[in-house]
Amino acid sequence: MAEGLLSVENLRVRYGTVEVLKGVTLQVQMGQIVALIGANGAGKSTTLMAISGLVRVVKGSIRLAGEPVDGLPPEAIVAKGVTQVPEGRRIFPRMTVLENLLLGMGPRRQKQERRKELDWIFELFPVLRDRERQLAGTLSGGEQQMLALGRGLMARPKLLLLDEPSLGLAPKLVAQLFEVIRQIHRHGVTILLVEQNAYQALRVASQAYVLESGCVVLEGSAADLRENPAVKQAYLGG
Amino acid sequence: MTPGDFFFQQLLNGLTIGSIYALIALGYTMVYGIIQLINFAHGEIFMVGAYLGLAAILLIGKVHPGLNPTAGLLLTLLAAAVGGGFLGLVIERVAYRPLRQGPKLSVLITAIGVSFFLQNAVMLVFGAQDRYVPPLLQVHRWQIGSVTVTLMQVIILAVSIGLMAGLQRIVYRTGLGRAMRATAQDPLAARLMGISVDRVIAATFCIGSALAGVGGVLFGLTYSTINFHDGYLIGLKAFTAAVLGGIGNIPGAMLGGLLLGFLEAFGAAYLSTQWKNVVAFTVLVLVLLLRPRGLLGERVAERA
Ligand SMILES: Nc1ncnc2c1ncn2[C@@H]1O[C@H](COP(=O)(O)OP(=O)(O)O)[C@@H](O)[C@H]1O
Ligand SMILES: [Mg+2]
Repeated sequence: MAEGLLSVENLRVRYGTVEVLKGVTLQVQMGQIVALIGANGAGKSTTLMAISGLVRVVKGSIRLAGEPVDGLPPEAIVAKGVTQVPEGRRIFPRMTVLENLLLGMGPRRQKQERRKELDWIFELFPVLRDRERQLAGTLSGGEQQMLALGRGLMARPKLLLLDEPSLGLAPKLVAQLFEVIRQIHRHGVTILLVEQNAYQALRVASQAYVLESGCVVLEGSAADLRENPAVKQAYLGG
Repeated sequence: MTPGDFFFQQLLNGLTIGSIYALIALGYTMVYGIIQLINFAHGEIFMVGAYLGLAAILLIGKVHPGLNPTAGLLLTLLAAAVGGGFLGLVIERVAYRPLRQGPKLSVLITAIGVSFFLQNAVMLVFGAQDRYVPPLLQVHRWQIGSVTVTLMQVIILAVSIGLMAGLQRIVYRTGLGRAMRATAQDPLAARLMGISVDRVIAATFCIGSALAGVGGVLFGLTYSTINFHDGYLIGLKAFTAAVLGGIGNIPGAMLGGLLLGFLEAFGAAYLSTQWKNVVAFTVLVLVLLLRPRGLLGERVAERA
């Protein structure tokens, strides 16, 4: 059994009086890609936001390598090696590609480290190197997604939370994107992948969870879930 | 005096007062840019800065009367900058931060409360009457043709240009500045990057308030008298300058300050001095009506 990196237990979150997560439990082992799939509004983004410390946890616990982290501010979560690439990319449009990447690195890093990280990112995403000085808002959708991923990787996270990275990308780019996700994984980054594109997500992931109205309704190996009739019907188009 | 010289004289006067407006306008615009709050207590921070300058000058005169005037000026500016910056930090922490998630109206009312508090505090300490600000430096003037340039004008320009260049450097060349711009563009994404938004907001208040403090000293030294009410009028003018340039836009605040200074100087010279204050508010109303985003501002839309 691999070492448990992230462990979410019985997580409950409310927006106002509406309970959005009703006791979510999930594990991510070191070195895995774990997929979290589910329909729009199921609570996937909220789960990631709770892990990142951006929404308050009403009940339950979030532990990183055994250590409780719920209640910590987002900057502390980032410092512990968990970064999120949020839904809709949310790059800083009026800043250059380089500035976006540097922001991903966090405030307390040395100049030398900076170069090293940048070289790594530019190797993964060569298009970004050519556009280093360009305003991020002028990049194409695919390039913006690469920038968002690169920015998330600048902190050298242990665990990368990806929220619907394929959203809004042309089919050809989606295939490319999942190839990039595999590459990132090969670099030793553990990934929790939220997707509506269940087909692709279940192919890159080893484990998966299905979320419905704030509850985990199915979990298991991605291979098993791919063959599960309920999953096939609801998420894989029959 | 030839019409040309007269014109240049007004241009110079406008440039001087405009630089002071610009220094204060920067605080309004920086805070607005980051949290979409109009800090109506900002004019009072400027006023407190003017009184801190007065206190520093009086203190220097008492404990070290023979001090080199340049050193005296620098010390006075420093005192107002540090005092203003500290005051900005305290106001943000005590009055605004607890209300940040609350309705905008409660923040606005709090800002007005803070203004009254600062006005009354200064009145209690320094009195309600105008206070004379003794000149730190020998009055010195140069004649260029019939245009008079005073030493104070040169100092105001040098200090303002220096501070604005410094600010530009901080905002566009440092990690703090990058974090400030990121927070302004997308606070949620900034937090996901590990930026402590609370600290960035505090730093923004601190820097803006320090600039206003310096503006207060320059104002006191220029006009020689100050009053605890000054924050209101000058604050409103600096706010006008910020709106004119495009609220939230840093170069806009600089441009707006200078433009307002010119408009006032020319308005006073070619119309009559009684029109001076009317100019500022006419400008404010016109900008709000015709181009609410200001000269350099982007669209004033709610953020997604
Ligand atoms: N900031 C918010 N305030 C109130 N309700 C929200 C907020 N964000 C999300 N919700 C609601 O919570 C539920 C789960 O949303 P979300 O986690 O974004 O789902 P998903 O990412 O799976 O599409 C939805 O019903 C959504 O409308
Ligand atoms: Mg979502």
